[in-house]
Amino acid sequence: MNGTLMHDVGAGELAATCEKMLRDGGRMQMAYAWFPEPGGPAELRYLAAPGARQPFALWRCRPNGAVVPSLASFSPLLGWYEREMADLCGVNFEGHPEPYPLVLHEGAQAAIPPLDPRYPRAQALVFQSAPWRLPEIESRDVQLLPFGPVRADVFESAQFLFFYIGEGILHFHPRLFFKHRGMEQRFAGLTPESGTVLAERVSAVGSVAHALAYCQALETAADCVVPLRARWLRVLLAEMERLYNHLHYLGHLCHTTTLKVGEAEGKLLEERVKQMNAGLTGSRFLRGALVPGGLRRDLNTAGLGAALETLAGEFTDYVDKLERTNSHLDRLITTGVLTRKTAFDQGAAGPVERASGLDRDMRRDHPYAAYDEVAPVVALREKGDAYARAQVRVAEVEASLDVIRRVLSGLPEGGVRAPCVAPASSEGLGWSESPRGSLYYAVHIDASGRLARVKIKSPSFSNWRVFPFTVHDSNMMDYAINEASFGLTIAGCDR
Amino acid sequence: MPLWTLFGLRRGRATTTWPGPGGDDGQAGVLGMPRFDPARCAPDCRACVDACLPGAIAPAPKEEGAHLRVDYGRCITCQLCVEACPTGAFTPSNDWAFGVRRREDLVWAEATTSDAAQQLKGTIRAVFGRSLHVRHVDAGSCNGCESELQALNNPFYNLHRLGVFFTPSPRFADLLLVTGPVTYAMREPLLETYGAMPEPRWVMAAGTCAVSGGVSGGGYACAQGLEGLMPVDVYLPGCPPNPAALIHALLMLLERAAQHVQGGRLGD
Repeated sequence: MNGTLMHDVGAGELAATCEKMLRDGGRMQMAYAWFPEPGGPAELRYLAAPGARQPFALWRCRPNGAVVPSLASFSPLLGWYEREMADLCGVNFEGHPEPYPLVLHEGAQAAIPPLDPRYPRAQALVFQSAPWRLPEIESRDVQLLPFGPVRADVFESAQFLFFYIGEGILHFHPRLFFKHRGMEQRFAGLTPESGTVLAERVSAVGSVAHALAYCQALETAADCVVPLRARWLRVLLAEMERLYNHLHYLGHLCHTTTLKVGEAEGKLLEERVKQMNAGLTGSRFLRGALVPGGLRRDLNTAGLGAALETLAGEFTDYVDKLERTNSHLDRLITTGVLTRKTAFDQGAAGPVERASGLDRDMRRDHPYAAYDEVAPVVALREKGDAYARAQVRVAEVEASLDVIRRVLSGLPEGGVRAPCVAPASSEGLGWSESPRGSLYYAVHIDASGRLARVKIKSPSFSNWRVFPFTVHDSNMMDYAINEASFGLTIAGCDR
Repeated sequence: MPLWTLFGLRRGRATTTWPGPGGDDGQAGVLGMPRFDPARCAPDCRACVDACLPGAIAPAPKEEGAHLRVDYGRCITCQLCVEACPTGAFTPSNDWAFGVRRREDLVWAEATTSDAAQQLKGTIRAVFGRSLHVRHVDAGSCNGCESELQALNNPFYNLHRLGVFFTPSPRFADLLLVTGPVTYAMREPLLETYGAMPEPRWVMAAGTCAVSGGVSGGGYACAQGLEGLMPVDVYLPGCPPNPAALIHALLMLLERAAQHVQGGRLGD
């Protein structure tokens, strides 16, 4: 696959290859399956990052009927990817520690796995909700609280189950994928241009990050060089997205600590950035700007710099007040601690992993767009609690504002779009550092130049797996604060 | 400890006076549904049809006479038709206040129909006065609609000032506001929520996914929004509908604002 160092690994060598990658300090990034020949068997792909500034390693495994071992006991973060492959592609893994459905709910029936090209494109699954597995916890004092999937206020749908004694949470089980839309299947058969519009609608608050990773995957496949001005403007769009997301995050975190004016201020600043987004692109979510090969049109940045300077001043004042509000800080400090080891093993991404001491950021480690020229300062904290996660976001807002200043003052002139035609039967990998962390798109083009398979690895898929580890043995009063401190989306995870 | 109350007071009034006269709706620059002028179409041109991912633009059935059938209930405002059209039959617009009471009002038509259907059920004002309690259900959205629904309570829009509130319990809700194309797993919780609401009750399909399925409808996991699932009182396409469009649709339901769109376009 273009953009990676690919080699073939037999099913029997997978475990040893994975162990060696981990021993050498690498980390698994994702795994997926696809069907190179319609009607043929599934082929597995494993993506690993050996280290910063080194090309990604991609392993291609064609089991040809051989037993595929689960790698989840070496690299726990792969557990969910394997379960997803089992649900959607019909691949079975031997020795999986959690051999249960994940993406498709119990009771969903498909004669052929839904991502197999033989599955009829418009055919709905047969679904009759069926019992599902929960950890067996029995004691007179233990109570079970199911919450959702329709939750209070305006929230995304998911169900949370708490086993608790009094205030203490013994075990937390998030039941996700109520919102699974089969988005990866929706790409199949589309033209690459149409796919951009779809990628923008996988997770709205990551529209730019998704479209960018998607476009870059196609540009890699097409060997297309994006004009310099477009690459700089892509950085601007990506950082505007980070700004409104992080401002919303800070406002929402205040909501959970019941700091009302703090909530209002964070969300007002978010609104202001969304209004700037509309002026910049016509969309409050910055949609409709990206296209494989660059941008659909040039952007008018007039007035943006001044508006952001005003916002920067207000942000500094806001954060300064938050940092001196004990009632707020008391609720964050030591809440929901994620250790560095758990963050690494379970696959934490973005600000969540950076708050637990893992110094990774795709913008710096695997630069794309114009990040090699306008690299951000990467924020890092060690404690892994809710406060550290909030501090990382605060520092990232400041870093984003700094990057935007440099983009606006150094923006090169020139065109913004180059022709980009991915050849038939080609493939490419694209990535971006979304506001929530590492995001990958693996794109396969079929013999007619249309999309054959698009795999999306979203940061929330990673962070939802990690989050429960910080909830066990915590208490109910801290739950909402802890959840808010992760800044998760469900649309991105469920897809 | 900072004095947050004082800080809030010093920041002054952040809330718009819109939809009052002269108020800022906050949507400067937001692109809405492209305007369609069939008179400018080149014969047998299919450029927009090929560019439209959700199938909002399709060749019209012969009996309809027109060249194309344009259904704004499927439009995701991606603007690709505007870029694809060689003759300027589609032009960009800021037309986002697209809430309607009848689904057919979202389909472009030469002649607009009478206003008899503009009355909801004629009773909502008598039943609720001017206030409304809303139960939102996310039936598989991309989180765009939620992001804008959450924005309704930020200080700029401050939905409470208009007497509209979100309520946790369907038992206290007057309006079921649905987002998303309705995934197989959310179908049952959605119907249960609807079933738990006391009558009279109203339903709004918010966002193109809930109206028609949008880009994610169909396939193995999604239905076509609320089509065929439950009666809908207000359709609000948009991807996502912005907060002002949501406010307009809510006020329209309450008969406190007029419907602007008929025959797939804003009235004069």
